[in-house]
Amino acid sequence: MGLPAKNKGAILSKIATNDQHGENSEYFDGWKAYDKDPFHLSRNPHGIIQMGLAENQLCLDLIKDWVKKNPEASICTLEGVHQFSDIANFQDYHGLKKFRQAIAHFMGKARGGKVTFDPERVVMSGGATGANETIMFCLADPGDVFLIPSPYYAAFDRDLRWRTGVEIIPVPCSSSNNFKLTVEAVDWAYKKAQESNKKVKGLILTNPSNPLGTMLDKDTLTNLVRFVTRKNIHLVVDEIYAATVFAGGDFVSVAEVVNDVDISEVNVDLIHIVYSLSKDMGLPGFRVGIVYSYNDSVVSCARKMSSFGLVSSQTQLMLASMLSDDRFVDNFLMESSRRLGIRHKVFTTGLKKADISCLTSDAGLFAWMDLRHLLRDRNSFESEIELWHIIIDKVKLNVSPGSSFHCTEPGWFRVCFANMDDDTLHVALGRIQDFVSKNNNKIVEQISENDQVIQNNNAKKQNWRQSNLRLSFRRLYEDGLSSPGIMSPHSPLLRA
Amino acid sequence: MGLLSKKATCNTHGQDSSYFLGWEEYEKNPYDEIKNPDGIIQMGLAENQLSFDLIESWLAKNPDAANFKREGQSIFRELALFQDYHGLPSFKKAMADFMSENRGNRVSFNPNKLVLTAGATSANETLMFCLADRGDAFLLPTPYYPGFDRDLKWRTGAEIVPIQCTSANGFRITKSALEEAYEQAQKLNLKVKGVLITNPSNPLGTTTTRTELNHLLDFISRKKIHLISDEIYSGTVFTSPGFISVMEVLKDRKLENTDVFDRVHIVYSLSKDLGLPGFRVGVIYSNDDFVVSAATKMSSFGLISSQTQYLLSTLLSDKNFTKNYLEENQIRLKNRHKKLVSGLEAAGIECLKSNAGLFCWVDMRHLLKSNTFEAEIELWKKIVYEVKLNISPGSSCHCNEPGWFRVCFANMSEETLKVALDRLKGFVDGPSSTRRSQIEHQRLKNLRKMKVSNWVFRLSFHDREPEER
Repeated sequence: MGLPAKNKGAILSKIATNDQHGENSEYFDGWKAYDKDPFHLSRNPHGIIQMGLAENQLCLDLIKDWVKKNPEASICTLEGVHQFSDIANFQDYHGLKKFRQAIAHFMGKARGGKVTFDPERVVMSGGATGANETIMFCLADPGDVFLIPSPYYAAFDRDLRWRTGVEIIPVPCSSSNNFKLTVEAVDWAYKKAQESNKKVKGLILTNPSNPLGTMLDKDTLTNLVRFVTRKNIHLVVDEIYAATVFAGGDFVSVAEVVNDVDISEVNVDLIHIVYSLSKDMGLPGFRVGIVYSYNDSVVSCARKMSSFGLVSSQTQLMLASMLSDDRFVDNFLMESSRRLGIRHKVFTTGLKKADISCLTSDAGLFAWMDLRHLLRDRNSFESEIELWHIIIDKVKLNVSPGSSFHCTEPGWFRVCFANMDDDTLHVALGRIQDFVSKNNNKIVEQISENDQVIQNNNAKKQNWRQSNLRLSFRRLYEDGLSSPGIMSPHSPLLRA
Repeated sequence: MGLLSKKATCNTHGQDSSYFLGWEEYEKNPYDEIKNPDGIIQMGLAENQLSFDLIESWLAKNPDAANFKREGQSIFRELALFQDYHGLPSFKKAMADFMSENRGNRVSFNPNKLVLTAGATSANETLMFCLADRGDAFLLPTPYYPGFDRDLKWRTGAEIVPIQCTSANGFRITKSALEEAYEQAQKLNLKVKGVLITNPSNPLGTTTTRTELNHLLDFISRKKIHLISDEIYSGTVFTSPGFISVMEVLKDRKLENTDVFDRVHIVYSLSKDLGLPGFRVGVIYSNDDFVVSAATKMSSFGLISSQTQYLLSTLLSDKNFTKNYLEENQIRLKNRHKKLVSGLEAAGIECLKSNAGLFCWVDMRHLLKSNTFEAEIELWKKIVYEVKLNISPGSSCHCNEPGWFRVCFANMSEETLKVALDRLKGFVDGPSSTRRSQIEHQRLKNLRKMKVSNWVFRLSFHDREPEER
C-alpha cells in the first residue's frame, strides 16, 4: 500500500532504507533453510541442525534451580511482591545499586578473581548490541574509523556502523599464524587508514574471539594497550565470552593489563570494556549489556545514553540477587567451564574422525573449522558458498561460512556446539562422519576397480580421501544446487 | 582531534536544563514523611503511583507468571534464550488489545504492526532514526516534554522546530501556528520530515481535540510529511471530553487506503498508564510495513527483557484485570487531580483546565516579579529552595510565555500532597518577611491571650473555628 520502495527513500530516512543493517546478505539462507525444516530429535530427526547460533544452553538448569530456590528475588512471588511497586517504579539510569555491585562482583569472578571492577563504572545497555553501539556514539563521529581484526562477529557491521555512521576497517588475520592478532598488523592497518586521510578513533576487538574462540595472550594485549596509548586512540574490548573459557584456559582481561602495566604506558581514558550476560550465563533474553569504561566522561555519556536501553528493573533485581550469591556463582562458573570443555572436546574429536581439523581454541561456544581441503577452488569464496550450501542441503547442518565474518581466506566455517543437547550433537557429528565416509567409499571403490594405485600409507590415503572428497563435492556442485533466495524472517544477527 | 565524539561533549542530551537540576536538588534533600519532613517534595516526576495495589493483588492470584510457568510447565529456558526482535507473540497481542481497550475499542491494532522497544524513550528515538536524516526537522507544539530534546535530537542529529502555542486559546494547535512553524524551518534551511504531538499532552494534561487532529492530518497530507502521535498518557484520561486517538480520526475520515495513513505512527508505553517505568516497555505502531521492518531491526539496540514480556503478557491478557484497572486508575487520578486543583485554588493559583495526565499546568504568572523568563526561574528557585517543592518551570518545556509550571500529583501519597499544598499556600499567603512577622506576632498574641485567660475563656474557646484555635 502506498508508495513503492523507491519513493520510500524520499519519505523515510537514509538509515531506514539503506542496507547497513546487514540483513539482506545471502548468509541468511542457512537460517531460512533451518526455519523451514528445523531438527527435532523425535519430531523431525531429519531436519536441519542449527549450528550457526552462538548460544550457551549448557547450564540453564543451574540457573533455573537457583530461581526456584530464591523466590524473594522475583517481584511476582509471594515472598518478593512487597518489592513490586518500588521496582516497577525504578527507572533511574544509574541502575539498582545492588545490581551494579553484583555485576562488578561477577565480572571479577568471571575473570578468575584477578581483577576487581568498580560498580560506579558499570553502565547498562540493551545487551552487548546496545553497548557496542553506545560506545561508538561516545567515542566517534560519523565518518570516523575504528579498526577491527578480522574475522569478526558479523553483526558488528550493523552494531558499530548502522546508526552511528562510523566506518570500520578490518585488520586481516590469517591462518599462516593461526589468526593471531599482532601489533604489527594493527599498526599497518592504522598507517594505511591514515594514508587515505581517514580519522582513526580506535581499535575494537572481541576477546575471547568470535568466531575464532582464541584468546589474546598477555604480552600481545599489553602491547596493544601501549600501542593505543602511543597513538592516542581508543581500545574497546568486547569481553562477552570471558567466562566461556574451558577448564584449563587462562583468560587475560584488558582490566588485568590496565592494573599491571606501568602507569606511564597506559592512558586509561582510552580503555573500555563491553560485557554482557548473554553468553557467559546463557541469558540473551534478559538483555543485560554493560559498558565499563575507565574514562569518567565516557561513563557519564554512556550512562545518559543508557536511557535508550536500560535493563528491566525486574531483571536487575533478580540478577542482583543471583550474582551476589557467591556459592551459586562459584559453582556456576566452574560447572559451565567444565561442561563447555567436555562439549568442545567431544565435538572436535568427532570432527577429527572425519579428518576435519579446527583451529586450536580455549574458549567460546563454537569451533573454527578448517574445510579448505573440501573447496573446489581454494582461492575462491564462490567455492566456499557452494560448499556451504552443500552442508546445509546434504549434511543438513546450518553452519556459518567464514566470509560472513569477513575472513580473508576461503574455507573456514564457524560451528556452534553449545546450543544443543548431547544427543543432537551426536547426531550432527554422525551426519558429518557419515557424509565424509560415504562419499569416500564410493570414490575409493570406483578407483580400486579402475586403478591399482592404492597405497597403504596413511598420509597418502588421507590425501586420496581429501581429493576424492573434493571430487565428490564437485559432483554435487555440478548437480546445480541452488539456494533459496529469500531472507529468514528472524534476525539471525541477533543470534550470531 | 577531540578524544570523544561530539555527542559526548555537547549538551544536546539536555541534562543541564533546569528540568533536571530540580531533580538533583531533590536527590540531595528528598522529603520523607518521617525521616525528612523538611525535605524537598518531588512534584517534577510524572509517575503514576496510584494503582500498584491492583497489580500486586493480581500477582498474588497468578503465581504462574511469577514462576516462569505457562500452564504449570516451566518455560524458564525458553524465556532465558528468547531474544527474537519480533517479540513474544502473546505479549504483542496483549499489547495490541490493551491499546484498543484504551481507545474504547473504537480502533483495533494489528500485533504485526507493533514494534517493541525499551521504553517510549527508545521508541521516539528509533522513529527519528527511521524517518529523519541528520539535520532534518520535526515540528513539535510547545510546551513539550523536556526529554524530547534528548530523545529526538541527540544521537539522531535531527532538529526540533517549535509550533508555538499560547494561553490565549488554551495552548491549542492552530492552522496558522503549523504554517508558521513550517516556514520557520524553511527559513532555517531545515527539511521538515514530520510533526510530533503528545496526546494527551505533556505538560498540559489536555487531550488533543478532533479539530486539532483534523488540522494536523490535513497539514501532513498537504506537506507529505509524517505524524507521530505519542499516546503514552492515553490511559490517564479521567474525565470528559475523553481521548480521541489520531487512529480514530483516520478511520472516521476513511483515510485507511491513502498515503497519509502510512505516514501516521503511534508511540505507546506502560510507564504512565500502568505505572511501570522500571520495566522499560515501549511500543511503536505504524501502518507502514517498511517503517515497522526498519524499526524492528533497530529494536535490537533496546529489546524488552523476555521475563518482563512474559509477565506482562499474562497480566494484560487478563481482560477482567485490564478493564477493572483502567476504570479504577481513572477514578483515582480524577480524585487526585481534584485535590491538587482545589488546593491550588485555595492558594489563589489557577491551572489550565485538564482532563488527563499525571500533572497540572499551573498558572503562576501573577506571582512573577516581571513578565520574563528570568523572573520565572527566580520564582522557580524560591519554590525549590524555600518552599521545598520540585516543580518544573515552563521554560524547561519550551513554553513561550513565562510563568507556567508543571506540577505532578500522582507520584506521592495523599498526605504528602497535602503537605505540599500547605507549603505552597503558606508561601503565597506570606511572601515577605514583614507579612510573616505580622502573622507570627498575631499568633503570639493569641497564645498569650489564651494563657492568661484560659480559665476564663475555656468555654467560649470551643466555639471557635478550628483554624483559630
